[in-house]
Amino acid sequence: MSDAVAVEAVGMTMRFGAFTALDDVSIKVPAGSFHALLGENGAGKSTLVKCMMGFYTPTSGQMLVDSKEAVIRNPKDAAGFGLGMVYQHFTLVPSLTGAENLVISREDAPRVIDWRKERKALAAFMETMPFKIPLDQPVSALAAGEKQKLEIVKQLYLGRRFIVLDEPTSVLTPNEAEEMLGLVRGMTRAGALTVLMISHKFHEVTSFCDDVTVLRKGRRTGGGRIADLDRKQMAAMMIGDQPIVALDSRSETPADATPVLTVKQLKAKDRTGLKSIAIDGLEVRAGEIVGIAGISGNGQKEFLETIAGQRAREGGAVVVKDTVYDASRAQSRALNVRFIPEEPLRNACAPRMTVAENIAFRTFDLNADGKPVAWISARAIRAYATRLIEQFKVKTASLSSPIQSLSGGNVQRAVLARELTGQVDLLVVSNPCFGLDFAAVAEIRARIMKARNGGAAVLLMSEDLDELLELSDRIFVMSDGALVYETPIAQADVHVIGEHMAGH
Amino acid sequence: MADVTASDVPAPLAPPRLAAALAFTARRAEGIVIPLGALVAGMAAFSVFLLLLGKSPAQFFELMWRGGFGSWFSIQNALLRATPLLLAALCVALPARLGLTVIGGEGAIVLGGVAAAAFGHALSGLPYPVVILAMGLAAMAAGGLWIGAVGALRHYRAVNETISSLLMAYIAIALMNQLVEGPLRDPASLNKPSTHPLDAAYRIGPMPGMDVHWGLAVGIVACVACWVLIDKTRWGFAARVAGGNVRAAQIQGLAVGPLIVGFCALAGALAGLAGMFEVAAVQGSANASLAAGYGYAGILVAFLARQSPLGCIPVAFLLGGIAAAGGLIQRRMGLPDATILVLQGMLFIVVLMSDTLYGRFKIFNPDRWARA
Repeated sequence: MSDAVAVEAVGMTMRFGAFTALDDVSIKVPAGSFHALLGENGAGKSTLVKCMMGFYTPTSGQMLVDSKEAVIRNPKDAAGFGLGMVYQHFTLVPSLTGAENLVISREDAPRVIDWRKERKALAAFMETMPFKIPLDQPVSALAAGEKQKLEIVKQLYLGRRFIVLDEPTSVLTPNEAEEMLGLVRGMTRAGALTVLMISHKFHEVTSFCDDVTVLRKGRRTGGGRIADLDRKQMAAMMIGDQPIVALDSRSETPADATPVLTVKQLKAKDRTGLKSIAIDGLEVRAGEIVGIAGISGNGQKEFLETIAGQRAREGGAVVVKDTVYDASRAQSRALNVRFIPEEPLRNACAPRMTVAENIAFRTFDLNADGKPVAWISARAIRAYATRLIEQFKVKTASLSSPIQSLSGGNVQRAVLARELTGQVDLLVVSNPCFGLDFAAVAEIRARIMKARNGGAAVLLMSEDLDELLELSDRIFVMSDGALVYETPIAQADVHVIGEHMAGH
Repeated sequence: MADVTASDVPAPLAPPRLAAALAFTARRAEGIVIPLGALVAGMAAFSVFLLLLGKSPAQFFELMWRGGFGSWFSIQNALLRATPLLLAALCVALPARLGLTVIGGEGAIVLGGVAAAAFGHALSGLPYPVVILAMGLAAMAAGGLWIGAVGALRHYRAVNETISSLLMAYIAIALMNQLVEGPLRDPASLNKPSTHPLDAAYRIGPMPGMDVHWGLAVGIVACVACWVLIDKTRWGFAARVAGGNVRAAQIQGLAVGPLIVGFCALAGALAGLAGMFEVAAVQGSANASLAAGYGYAGILVAFLARQSPLGCIPVAFLLGGIAAAGGLIQRRMGLPDATILVLQGMLFIVVLMSDTLYGRFKIFNPDRWARA
């Protein structure tokens, strides 16, 4: 096996029109090191990596591979230097086997493939790998962790000796993530590979990486050896001096709190229509947050859609405060039920309608006394939106801007403003902080905690285990369309939860 | 609000109200300037086509002006042709606000015409207002059922509404042929099978002072009413939410199904009304001439108007004028009848292409002003 390469980017600057996405950033990754690239969304991590891999032509800046100047105009050039990238989302062909995926991805794959010969060569190659993956199964049958490993193996098979991992653990269970990162670290230690990992998870960075570079707003704000830094310092480099909202302390859930949401033997088809989800015996009481953990695609989305009336129920019942809930507007109003689905711009907003109109979705058909009206009042909508925008600190150029022109954090603030105003008895939330920056995340979690302390029953579905551990009173694990495990927060163990997420 | 005198306002800064007015104007201007620009670009492309044929674009547009807009006579001609387009365009514009592309208004027009003719003949002898009202309601019911069914298929059975409305238009035409050649046929109509002619007493006449029948007024009122419905009522707001993002509408508990079926039915009813005016004011009976392509021309009108009911009024007038000039252009320039269709087609394509331009121009997007 050939040796790891050292990669260095010097003075990378990337401008898109008047916007500077990357401002004179340098990064040095010595051969055989495991380097972390930290930063919030929009800090320029992806831009830097794309410049290094030849997807973008930087406005200025230079690449050095093994201390020699390297001209990388496109990804093909990068591959020539042994640089490769593993994306956050899988790029394998699901219907083909691992072996087929590997062979067809090769630049020099022959027109007619002698599979016997290739298999033999692959077996010999896999002998040299620390990863053990079944190569004769269709990729669709592999677990997420195995797919991620296969992506890495593919890069090595293609002769890449410097690999960029873009948030590689975002779809893995904690156990899978640890195993995968451990193996990767083993390979870097052995000098077979150099790795640059984009991440925003501190615990991964501190437990596995050697060095770190931190970006903020397109600039390098710090870095160095992980051993010399603590999390607080890294966080400060990432977010600067912006104020972070503190979470309200958790008030005691009264022992006699009544269940607000009860789900009994609920059945529905999943997205493919082939499998189904079945949820039974879930209760959420007033003044508590019940978290639902699970790897993306295990039915969480369908569960929320079924409660919210977007997906047909095949059986069972959703009961809110002794009333069988049918998700009609009148009922959700009478029972004070609110939904905050994931990716709010895609699931909770009409992107081209104005900020004011989007904020009014819940109330446009009522007058000041809460009575239904036929004629809507643009003036009332604007006044209402003005008030909520101020209360929830939504940053928008104007009330009449289309909501799609807002940043992700501000779209989420606008949706929270809409859904958390007034009396809330049941709040169903899904991945509320996905893709948002630190300040927005802290603020949004604080709002959810505040709603809980105010007596709302909160059902929180999240793929971010840290978020669940921070907010929940009880955690369920959802796997393969069913709730398979329950634990009160005091006894929650990441590894046990992880095992149930993986379906053990 | 207290009055603000000029001295209260710092001179170099635009006062907030002026800035807001500017932003408002800019947002509105985008929806007018881009379609107009597309219209000009489409006509320029058509000029190239004329030059390739060895004809003079200048003469073409001069004749178009004379035949469609240059005199009271030609304006009336344009308005006459615009009348069915108004209602046909609403049949596209209303579902479009819910995110549906319905292109089968022709079917609703045809069936509306047949229903009106059947009722007009059957109720012969009753007072004029009763008969006219019955004809109108029958036409609206027929058209409403037809396009309402398209909406129901879309929402409850997930059938693509564009395809189903188009196919249902063919079924409607076949149904009309079946009816006018069978049960509803007037035995006296020999060459061209038709329904019994409407008694002269029940014909809809011209509006005072002009040769254009009352359908024009009804069409304009319908456009204004649809604008009010969409922009000012809670049902219109709910429809815009559902059209903007059906998932967001569902999660707010809005009744998406009834909204879709209701708006489609209303759209079909208006197209059916167009068919009724064709029978009661123009043809005098229902026959194959009802399928004259107004339903398809209405698609062009609605898209040019960017699915705005108010925008449909000037656009229908413009296209009515172009159509009105068709005969003159044909005679004077020796161009075939289909030339107008080529022009319409080119305009349509350019307008569809111009859709990608929205949001690209900084001058129309106040959100981007501050960042400069």
